Amino acid sequence: MRYEKPQTVADAARLLTAEKGITRVLGGGTDVLVQLKAGMVEPDLIVDIKALPGIRAIVAEAGGFRIGAAVSNAQLGEDAAVRALWPGVVEAAGLIGSTQVQGRATMAGNLCNASPAGDAVPALVAAGAVARVAGPGVARDVPVEAIPAGPGKTTLKRGEFITSIFLPARPAKSGDAYLRFIPRTEMDIAVASAAVSLTLNDQGVITAARVALGAVAPTVRLVDDAATAIIGTKLHDDAQAALAAACSAACAPIDDKRGTIEFRTEVAGVLAKRAARIAYTRAGGQA
Amino acid sequence: MSSISVSTTVNGDPVDFVCTPDESLLDALRNRMGLTGAKEGCGTGDCGACSVLLNGRLVCSCLVLAAEAEGAEIATVEGMAGPEGLHPLQRAFIDHAALQCGVCTPGILVAAKALLEKNPDPSDEEVRYWLAGNLCRCTGYDKIVRAVQAAAAEMRSA
Amino acid sequence: MAFDSHEKRQFKQVGTRPPRPDGVDKVTGRAQYGADVTAPGMLTARILRSPHAHARIVSIDTSEAEAMAGVKGVVTGRDFALPEDAGLADIAVNVMARDKALYDGHAVAAVAAVSPAIAKAALKAIKVQYEVLPHVTDVDAAMQPGAPVVLEGRALESVPAGMSVNVTHASEFGHGDLAAGFAKADRIVERSFKTAATHQGYIEPHACLASVTVDGKADLWCCTQGQFMVRTVCAALMGMEASQLRVTASEIGGGFGGKTTVFIEPVALVLARKTGRPVKITMTRDEVFRATGPTVSTSIDVKIGMTKDGRITAGEARLRYSGGAFPCGTVDMGAMAAFAAYDLEAVRTQGWNVLTNRPKEAAYRAPGAPQAIYAVESVVDELCQILKLDPLDVRIRNAAKKGTKSSYGPVFDDIGLLATLEAAKAHPHYKAPLKPGQARGVSCGFWFNFGGNTCVSLNVNTDGTVGVTEGNPDIGGSRASISLMAAEELGIPYDKVRTIVADTASLGYNDVTDGSRVTFSVGLATIAAARDAKVKMCARAAKIWGIDDEAVEWKDGAAWPAGPNAGQFPPMSLAEIAAVSFQTGGPIAGHHEVNADGAGVSFGVHLCDLEVDPETGKTTILRYSVFQDAGKAVHPDYVEGQMQGGAVQGIGWALNEEYIYGRDGRLQNPGFLDYRVPVASDLPMIEAVILEIPNPGHPYGVRGVGETPIVPPLAAISNGVSRAVGVRMQELPLSPPRVLKAIKAA
Ligand SMILES: Cc1cc2nc3c(=O)[nH]c(=O)nc-3n(C[C@H](O)[C@H](O)[C@H](O)COP(=O)(O)OP(=O)(O)OC[C@H]3O[C@@H](n4cnc5c(N)ncnc54)[C@H](O)[C@@H]3O)c2cc1C
Ligand code: FES
Ligand code: FES
Repeated sequence: MRYEKPQTVADAARLLTAEKGITRVLGGGTDVLVQLKAGMVEPDLIVDIKALPGIRAIVAEAGGFRIGAAVSNAQLGEDAAVRALWPGVVEAAGLIGSTQVQGRATMAGNLCNASPAGDAVPALVAAGAVARVAGPGVARDVPVEAIPAGPGKTTLKRGEFITSIFLPARPAKSGDAYLRFIPRTEMDIAVASAAVSLTLNDQGVITAARVALGAVAPTVRLVDDAATAIIGTKLHDDAQAALAAACSAACAPIDDKRGTIEFRTEVAGVLAKRAARIAYTRAGGQA
Repeated sequence: MSSISVSTTVNGDPVDFVCTPDESLLDALRNRMGLTGAKEGCGTGDCGACSVLLNGRLVCSCLVLAAEAEGAEIATVEGMAGPEGLHPLQRAFIDHAALQCGVCTPGILVAAKALLEKNPDPSDEEVRYWLAGNLCRCTGYDKIVRAVQAAAAEMRSA
Repeated sequence: MAFDSHEKRQFKQVGTRPPRPDGVDKVTGRAQYGADVTAPGMLTARILRSPHAHARIVSIDTSEAEAMAGVKGVVTGRDFALPEDAGLADIAVNVMARDKALYDGHAVAAVAAVSPAIAKAALKAIKVQYEVLPHVTDVDAAMQPGAPVVLEGRALESVPAGMSVNVTHASEFGHGDLAAGFAKADRIVERSFKTAATHQGYIEPHACLASVTVDGKADLWCCTQGQFMVRTVCAALMGMEASQLRVTASEIGGGFGGKTTVFIEPVALVLARKTGRPVKITMTRDEVFRATGPTVSTSIDVKIGMTKDGRITAGEARLRYSGGAFPCGTVDMGAMAAFAAYDLEAVRTQGWNVLTNRPKEAAYRAPGAPQAIYAVESVVDELCQILKLDPLDVRIRNAAKKGTKSSYGPVFDDIGLLATLEAAKAHPHYKAPLKPGQARGVSCGFWFNFGGNTCVSLNVNTDGTVGVTEGNPDIGGSRASISLMAAEELGIPYDKVRTIVADTASLGYNDVTDGSRVTFSVGLATIAAARDAKVKMCARAAKIWGIDDEAVEWKDGAAWPAGPNAGQFPPMSLAEIAAVSFQTGGPIAGHHEVNADGAGVSFGVHLCDLEVDPETGKTTILRYSVFQDAGKAVHPDYVEGQMQGGAVQGIGWALNEEYIYGRDGRLQNPGFLDYRVPVASDLPMIEAVILEIPNPGHPYGVRGVGETPIVPPLAAISNGVSRAVGVRMQELPLSPPRVLKAIKAA
């Protein structure tokens, strides 16, 4: 195994493309090192992206924010402006692991690790975030939901990696929230999770919404039916029930050590309901 | 696997060491630098016994490659006590019996110090959530929370 | 040694909370734990483990590994002696499999190499050919006729004919006429329960460093609860004499019973002998979970009859425990402890141990008791609910007390159960109102406590300080407690005493740190050794004064002339006597060797307030109080620490901790991410209320306190959850999917 820490994006892409064996991009390393330790992967090359220009910066852009791929979740959580615009995303990223893990882990790593249970991912999907992908060719922008391809697999091509994630601007009277279910209060991987982002009109009626679920399918689920269930409502009880039902219907989970199919399906709906209430209040609605 | 040579700073002192590319910072601290204060309870980020500061950020040294320490500043439990004596947290842990076996203690002290530097007056709940990644199997955490609060109070009044 | 009741003792130092002697080392990172030492020329060894739950080992080809550059030695089961003693032989086979791998993670070979990376690579080069066999991991399934057979021919005579071959052990306890007892009951409840295997979860993985010279002398450094036990077992497995093996206990990063046996130590020794180099082995966390001792997993039936006014008329329990792939007597403990808290006319418990393809059970705090008492306390709670009786009143009404013939035979001496129950009842916690959706669970707990073989030397230094040499690793502040007792007895300040833990060559045999024995037995031996030293110091003073030895007495840290004819001499302090000891007959030391009994049983009562999220089944612990009889709390901080730590381990057991096996018989969660021990944010403060009902078997009245606190949480929480959700829960852990399912089914 080799360890490289390139200084430019082009060098990074070149290294990743040239290597014939197994490569790993190193962000915060909180997945990579665990996988190394467990012998799950034996890379021939590790490319540490943390020295690339701008990769650790948060920059305001077009009313939104561009989050460098190596920005740690701790750094993200300390940024009051991002938190004010996208509190659900910042909270989701803030749930990942312990204080120690927060000091290293990144949203880009969470996305590219492609675990169905990654906490940042549903919130990013609900937010309509866009990943900027660099590689041997020209950089391209990809909606985050198009990155994961299945457990542990992404749609990124050989030599490609994410340099930043863009959180867009949003209309007034918008709010987002993310909730996950874990058996303890910390240090667990989500058994089921839900993110809701919505916008209200002056009457408190939901005019736009995106609902995403985690840990209930091989990849994050963007549930249009769930959004439809609450658009045009003031999130009254029946709208919440319809939202929960649509979410449960969209689940295709597995039974494993962390939870049963039955449990995940049920709880995904419960979480969506609760997250929607928080998002609604954040948007200024009176739930 | 060819070795990498790394120049870093540990507890304020310059240190050079050689490591393999897949070696963790924890292994390098313990096996290359003889600093065995950080412990390996899991090697996978779950227990916090290996906690150190890396450029001022609290991290699990088992989740950092040793090679990443190049040019970095690392602080470990060995650097907590000064010539003037123990750090208030270290004293509070002894005075409040906040350790039983003590194997979690180095990691918890490093983590608690990082907390109090950021938040000198945390609530019990803030202490508990900050330390959630530091497992202690002996104490049930009660006396740990009390010791951190006692040290915080002392440091505020100092 | 009997309680010094005649003195009506006013303690000067025992009962205070001075800083522990090893505190500075442990807060500065200087303390050396198992993995912290190295030796010049040291090799690192790694162990190859079975990926199968049950498989015949057809062949092991180590030639390729042995040929690798940097590999210095490879061993397999053939390299270990098989002792005649069945218990030792089981340990040997557990340390390294021979013809069969008996569980996922069972060691099959080991490699010593010049670096960890080479050792790891060499493991991959070892070729093991397995013939996979059918496996069984569930205790009830293993008892079925036709279940896969784990080991043959291991049933003891007590096992009735016709049971599954996997049943190795049967026991029965009790007295009275059950049928008559149940006939007197107004209500009878009968329920079945299951508990998952849990792990001690010590944060420090097992680690050791072994060195063997060509003339057969060996040194072993390891983290253990008992260096003498390690010596005995390793010497037997190595075929060497005990005197040739010196074992030094490192500081220990938690044990809770799990470090009362050996796993890697014999492997390191055999490799060190084979390679002629020091060999270090450190387990990974994954290895700790897969291959070291979890608790038994259990399946239990309980039947209890009660009158309308809360008198228990009869109790019966059937306990099926599995201690993994080897015979295990832990079920006896469960069968004995199940009803210990109650004064019963008619009681019977029966227990069976069943083999399964799981790791060999190791002790975990009060081994066997939490599961049995969980089942009994659940049924008692249900009867209280049905009959609308206060759960503490019912326990007070039926509590065992001095003179009660216990459910397992002996008649109790002074015990603290009633006082503990009454303290719980009088405590503000029990009266605090509950909000809607909240519930309060109550449970009693019990543990026997042990004494055992103990040996202490106490050396009086010429500068007036004292060194105590004891033989039990300090697992949670015992150096402080022992120093306190020595200081108290000698009448010198605590900081004039230094207690050290000796290696096996420096002191006589000491049993392992288990059974909550250390403060009791080592304390007892320390007090006796101090008394021995005092007699000697009095004799020195007598010699200086030229009077009879009997005319001198020890008081307040000094020798005084006593009696009418002793004469007028100013008292001589310990320091003064010590300073001239070379002129009065040489160094002064006290010793005591004992196989201590009279440990004194211990009871606890726990109160737990909790709430359950009705939509997710998640339980939150809101308030938790522990009431326990400590006999005498020598260092109350560390007594509270035991009560709090034990309670939290019990909370973990009740809520989320479990060994999860897949259909393939492999452990699914061998790491702290999915083996969910409580984290700081899961918990409230744990209030510890110490009661002191002196143990008649100890000069200061000390009882063991370490184990009892893990017993009550299982039922206290299950009872709380059952009350909160309105369904009687019958299986641990109370993981959210299980609780939500019960809520939905109701
Ligand atoms: C103790 C512990 C607790 C955890 N708890 C949680 C939790 O609660 N929730 C959760 O979601 N996760 C959790 N995780 C997993 C992990 O922390 C997260 O997935 C984290 O976000 C990964 O980020 P990273 O920067 O550390 O990724 P890395 O480990 O650096 O990388 C992860 C993967 O993504 C690839 N990668 C990284 N950056 C890029 C990039 N810019 N472009 C392309 N590929 C890239 C890597 O090659 C690798 O395959 C936990 C991990 C640990 C050790
Ligand atoms: S050893 Fe690093 S977190 Fe456990
Ligand atoms: S004191 Fe033993 S793990 Fe914390």
